[in-house]
Amino acid sequence: MKNWLAQHARALLFTLRRLLAAPVSSALNILVIGIALSLPAGMVVLLQNVQGMAERAVDAPQISVFLSMDAGRDDTARIDRQLKQHQAIGKIEFVPREQALEQIKQSTGLADVIGGLTQNPLPDAYVIYPKNTGAQALEALRDELQKWQGIEHVQVDSAWARKLEALLRFGRLATLILGVLLGFALVAVTFNTIRLQILTRRDEIEVSKLIGATDAFIRRPFLYSGMLHGLLGGAAAWLIIVTSLLLVNGNLAELAQLYASSLVLRPLSAGDSLALLGFSACLGWLGAWLSVAQHLRRIEPR
Amino acid sequence: MIRFNQVCKRYPGGYEALKNVTFEIAGGEMVFLAGHSGAGKSTLLHLVAAIERPNSGSVVVRGQNVASLRGGALPYLRRNLGLIFQDHKLLFDRSAFDNVMLPLQICGGDYRESAKRVRAALDKVGLLQREKANPIALSGGEQQRLCIARAIVNRPSILLADEPTGNLDAGYAGEIMDIFQSFHQVGVTLLIATHDESALRHFAARTLTLKHGELQQ
Ligand SMILES: Nc1ncnc2c1ncn2[C@@H]1O[C@H](COP(=O)(O)OP(=O)(O)OP(=O)(O)O)[C@@H](O)[C@H]1O
Ligand SMILES: [Mg+2]
Repeated sequence: MKNWLAQHARALLFTLRRLLAAPVSSALNILVIGIALSLPAGMVVLLQNVQGMAERAVDAPQISVFLSMDAGRDDTARIDRQLKQHQAIGKIEFVPREQALEQIKQSTGLADVIGGLTQNPLPDAYVIYPKNTGAQALEALRDELQKWQGIEHVQVDSAWARKLEALLRFGRLATLILGVLLGFALVAVTFNTIRLQILTRRDEIEVSKLIGATDAFIRRPFLYSGMLHGLLGGAAAWLIIVTSLLLVNGNLAELAQLYASSLVLRPLSAGDSLALLGFSACLGWLGAWLSVAQHLRRIEPR
Repeated sequence: MIRFNQVCKRYPGGYEALKNVTFEIAGGEMVFLAGHSGAGKSTLLHLVAAIERPNSGSVVVRGQNVASLRGGALPYLRRNLGLIFQDHKLLFDRSAFDNVMLPLQICGGDYRESAKRVRAALDKVGLLQREKANPIALSGGEQQRLCIARAIVNRPSILLADEPTGNLDAGYAGEIMDIFQSFHQVGVTLLIATHDESALRHFAARTLTLKHGELQQ
């Protein structure tokens, strides 16, 4: 067992030394892998940030209910009662038409225009805070209220959040596709790197076979090499993402100052970082394994 | 220890390198393999190490028919054979020391113990001073001795040598033969292919002579 570990440690050291022996080509290979990985991983980070912002923005979805202009006192009283008794509704807020007009006057600076109106064009309205804020529940409630006598229009204010959610879903799908494609690219890059290594070390492989090396022994440094390429490529991708975020955040800070709010993109979590490294190492190993399976068989000593 | 039974070897081109070869070498014996160039000496040694497979007949090494050995079992056969190749097969990307280290690395021994054995093997062939040299910087004879060091570092029970003294002057050739003699004395089985008439005469060892792939009686 100790021996086995020592053998693996030696193979790993040996591989590292080889990697360092050709620093430029190793660095370029690793950079290619890093760039390929940083695209989907960076997209994941962006999506996570957008989703986080969206969730913070719509933590309390509302439904606006506008009554008909011709709804009388009776209708209003009935609707008021029914809303208060409704199981799915947590809290309601009545906005009388006069108040609504006042608000518009103050907030839009259209006081002159509105002052010229002979009649208030706005209906009475309610703002409803539903208990269940799921998209489906909101829609069901909207459809139900829409049918009530005396209600003109019901508007779910989180509609834009749902659109964003759909957009995010699309973004995630696109990221997945990009990730799969670039994952293949990573496998292809390591496949080729290891193929070249096998070709340049043909003599060593032949001699090793002649003096009793098992296939596992011969495979080992190549598999380690593939894994190291993947791992270092993953680290490069991590660095690319973190540096890019630092740059972007610098710019965002200026932008946020203009809007008097804070806007910061969060980097990868520790778990995600580890997942990125593990994933890239596995893909590198896979590429090496395929390459070794393909090319080592052809080298038979004479 | 090594038994050939009606072995025929035909190369892909159709050339018959060995024809119906039958012989037996007992454990601890030292046997020379003589014959003209192209007689099939290297081919015969390659069959023992399963580097080539016979077209018919059986090659039994230590009770195992290597002609029908699975690929996975080959490494374990070869680890117990010391192989000295006619073309050396040294690696020029590492030092003499690391070349001799390779068989021990393959077997996965403790590094310090292995290093001691490597130096002992290098010492035996007179190359201890050159352990850091790249084989490319060694003379033909030194390369040959390095190849011998690599073959004996594992303390194999069977040593197969293909022209081990081909590039050496009489003095070194004699020393190499003395090394083989010392292995013979501790019970190692040796099969040595050679042109070296003086060595053949010097040792009162059995000689198998090949002629156009056939064993002369
Ligand atoms: N891989 C091969 N493919 C085809 N023919 C081969 C191959 N190896 C050897 N031969 C032929 O088989 C014959 C025996 O070759 P071998 O190498 O065994 O001779 P040898 O006795 O070792 O000669 P030498 O003393 O020159 O080393 C030769 O005629 C050679 O041309
Ligand atoms: Mg030969």
